[in-house]
Amino acid sequence: MSLRSPARRTLAALAIAACLLPAAQATAADRLVVYSARIEALIKPMFEAYTKETGVEIQYVTDKEGALVERLKAEGANTTADLLITTDAGNLWQAAQEGVLRPVESAVLEKAVPANLRDPGKQWFGLSIRARTLFFNSKMAKAGELSTYEDLAAPKWRGKLCLRSSKKVYNQSLVAMLISEHGEAKAEQIVRGWVANLAAEPFADDTRMLEAVAAGQCAVGIANTYYYGRLMEKKPELPLAIFWANQNDGGVHVNVSGAGLTKHGKQPAQAQKLLEWLASPKAQNLFADVNLEFPVNPAVAPDPVVKAWGSFKASPLNVVEAGRLQATAVRLMDRAGYR
Amino acid sequence: MPAIADNGAGGQTRLAFALAGAGSGERQRRLWRALALLIAALIVAPLAVLLTRIGDADPQLLEHLLGHVLPTVSINTLLLVCLVVAGTGTLGTGLAWLISRYRFPGRDLFSWALLLPMALPAYVLAFVAVGLLDFAGPLQTALRALLGPELRLPPVRSVGGAALVLSLSLYPYVYLLCRNAFDSQGQRAMEAARSLGLSRRRAFWRVALPMSRPWLAAGLLLVVMETLADFGTVSVFNVDTFTTAIYKSWFGLFSLGTAAQLASLLLLIGFGIALTEHRLRDRAGYWSPGRGRSGTGEDLPDTSGWLATGICLGVLMLAFLIPLAQLLLWAAADASGIDASSLRAAGRTLLLGMAAAALVVSTALLLAYARREAPGRVTDIATRLATLGYAIPGAVLAVGVFVALSLTDRALPALAGADWRIGGTLVAILFAYQARFLAVGFGPVEAGMARIGRSLDDAARVLGAGSRRRLLQVHLPLLAPSLFSAAALVLVDVMKEMPITLMTRPFGWDTLAVRIFELTSEGQWEAAALPSLALVATGLLPLVLLNRQAQSRA
Repeated sequence: MSLRSPARRTLAALAIAACLLPAAQATAADRLVVYSARIEALIKPMFEAYTKETGVEIQYVTDKEGALVERLKAEGANTTADLLITTDAGNLWQAAQEGVLRPVESAVLEKAVPANLRDPGKQWFGLSIRARTLFFNSKMAKAGELSTYEDLAAPKWRGKLCLRSSKKVYNQSLVAMLISEHGEAKAEQIVRGWVANLAAEPFADDTRMLEAVAAGQCAVGIANTYYYGRLMEKKPELPLAIFWANQNDGGVHVNVSGAGLTKHGKQPAQAQKLLEWLASPKAQNLFADVNLEFPVNPAVAPDPVVKAWGSFKASPLNVVEAGRLQATAVRLMDRAGYR
Repeated sequence: MPAIADNGAGGQTRLAFALAGAGSGERQRRLWRALALLIAALIVAPLAVLLTRIGDADPQLLEHLLGHVLPTVSINTLLLVCLVVAGTGTLGTGLAWLISRYRFPGRDLFSWALLLPMALPAYVLAFVAVGLLDFAGPLQTALRALLGPELRLPPVRSVGGAALVLSLSLYPYVYLLCRNAFDSQGQRAMEAARSLGLSRRRAFWRVALPMSRPWLAAGLLLVVMETLADFGTVSVFNVDTFTTAIYKSWFGLFSLGTAAQLASLLLLIGFGIALTEHRLRDRAGYWSPGRGRSGTGEDLPDTSGWLATGICLGVLMLAFLIPLAQLLLWAAADASGIDASSLRAAGRTLLLGMAAAALVVSTALLLAYARREAPGRVTDIATRLATLGYAIPGAVLAVGVFVALSLTDRALPALAGADWRIGGTLVAILFAYQARFLAVGFGPVEAGMARIGRSLDDAARVLGAGSRRRLLQVHLPLLAPSLFSAAALVLVDVMKEMPITLMTRPFGWDTLAVRIFELTSEGQWEAAALPSLALVATGLLPLVLLNRQAQSRA
């Protein structure tokens, strides 16, 4: 008799699920659906503020960028999603390539977001700046010894460099920008130099990499600034310092966390309003400060913690290059043995 | 049971019961074969969809991968699988043997406590291990303070480190299944072996171990497939395996086609291993002469008794207690990972796990019974196909499931006449879990089935019991422990699952694993400690209950 109970449970589960079938499809005028690669903790505060201000509810689901783009592709015209948010420009570029985004004509967005931080094709817009620069152990190196990303390939850093894995999109974007600036051959030389200088196998994330620099496993590493901000908030005693790279030439490598309207979203006008609101001064602080990033809107000042790191010259290259050259960068890093 | 047939839902179940009640002989066998094929077709559909994407693969990309990526990842993957099989095989059978055959201090406690590491996802164990043991971690920092700053230990983030973590995390699969095997072998086989003059050690190697080969094989097969498909653990160690190459092709090189190409190779390997294991196993019979209670065991003398205690405790410390303590410490320091909705996440995790376990075990039972009633190539292949989903990375399978469901959704309005949708509902996520974890449920069920002697079937048949009555009244009571093992394994696996849950969950159905993903993807390991602990706690209760039940029925 005991078969009946698992069988019945299955039936019950299916029955419950069947009841839920119609739930997903209702698209009310006062509700927007967002697919986000930016994690819940970093989007929820903004969405709550938006709902409070406008009455428009926002439903969201988080996942990895690649999975979200595939999801949009598979759903096609059936999708309920109105907006796609990612944490880098490369994946937005890829989403545009795959034809899941739609161009937006908006004077508001063009004024709020600098030209190099949005798609020339108007399919996506940066919302916060993520700067990737150098960090060093203040007991093992001096700021005067540091200069550029390229310099980290020099023999003087043999056994003193720590890097995060090449599988992380931030490093793929960084190398893509090096290719854009120097060409593939020179960029490969630089990456080979980095690999030769590594003090340890590449790390799985920026935080662990920064901890290794602080612990003295290596003298210098490359990371996004907000990881540094978070780590120093928790352990201010660490002998870890920030250095703005390439201030006398190209500028600090920047990427964006940004968003675009989905091609098949049912409420493009509503979604555009949300996107414009996200780029507006009052939302910009929320968007950037929650993760110690930099606002894209030049009219908005960053969080005091971020401001204390000093101002820097950012690379003027359009972040679209990160997407265009990402696959080339990945292959280059494979060839150079950068894991 | 007609009552079930009247329920009107659950096509598979109803069909099966109709089948089981239908006439006898060849017609019945044909129906069982049809059922097996139907189940296989449902599960293979997402894989097939995925394979159609291979057409998009870029040949240049494959050339690049062959030259610069695949040589390394092939060696790493092979090495990792071998090390993990050796590790889990040794730990799993050794501990099961100790627990099942001997009495020593703490034996009853360890009997179930050794299952606890199953509640701790391998990716969590991995980030705890790296946090504790890497250069910047407390252990090496203390050693450097003690022995000088120049001290360098072998790198933790290496194939060896990943293999150790996976072994500690996956050995319970082998342990649980082998313990069942040793327990149900009864003392008699061992007594026979001993009375024929075999030493205790030789009795283990020549009788007990060969007799438990179906369980050992089922356990190790799960371990191999889990290792092949693992992404979470190896990426914490930054060890490049086949799986990371698949992800790189998809996320880094923007080619899902090439990713599908590599994944199909992984599928082929999984299929090959499963088929070989099956062939080897099917030559022999494994039914036991009697089901004597074996829980009593032999007393171990003091020294070796305490040694046994030490071994069990050591494994438990490394695989569970120390990581748990570290998680507690982190959680105490950083509680930002939790809020009011975390309880809801825990409830949903459990609910999804139980629904999936019920579904998977029911399907596994039907498949296993189909194989028994209609043995032959058709059901063989159908079973192997239906259990393939476990060998490929979850994220890749998730895409297949998602695309298959989207295609169905486009056809549904025409078919059902209403604007219904499966994508984004619980049906979708349960279907995806079933495609991924059927192998986990099927292994123990089939191993249990193999132990039921054919003579029992014949006797029941002679007494006039039809296919359905044989299943309900003969097999089910004997299978109960295996079914509980299967349910426990599926339950904890589903609760830990990440990529499929991420991609197919309905809005708002964030599980604990989703929370852990979000925090770890931002490098916030310490904040991820709290949801990890919640996941462990959620996994413990069903684990303990199911273990109790499994034991009381053994």
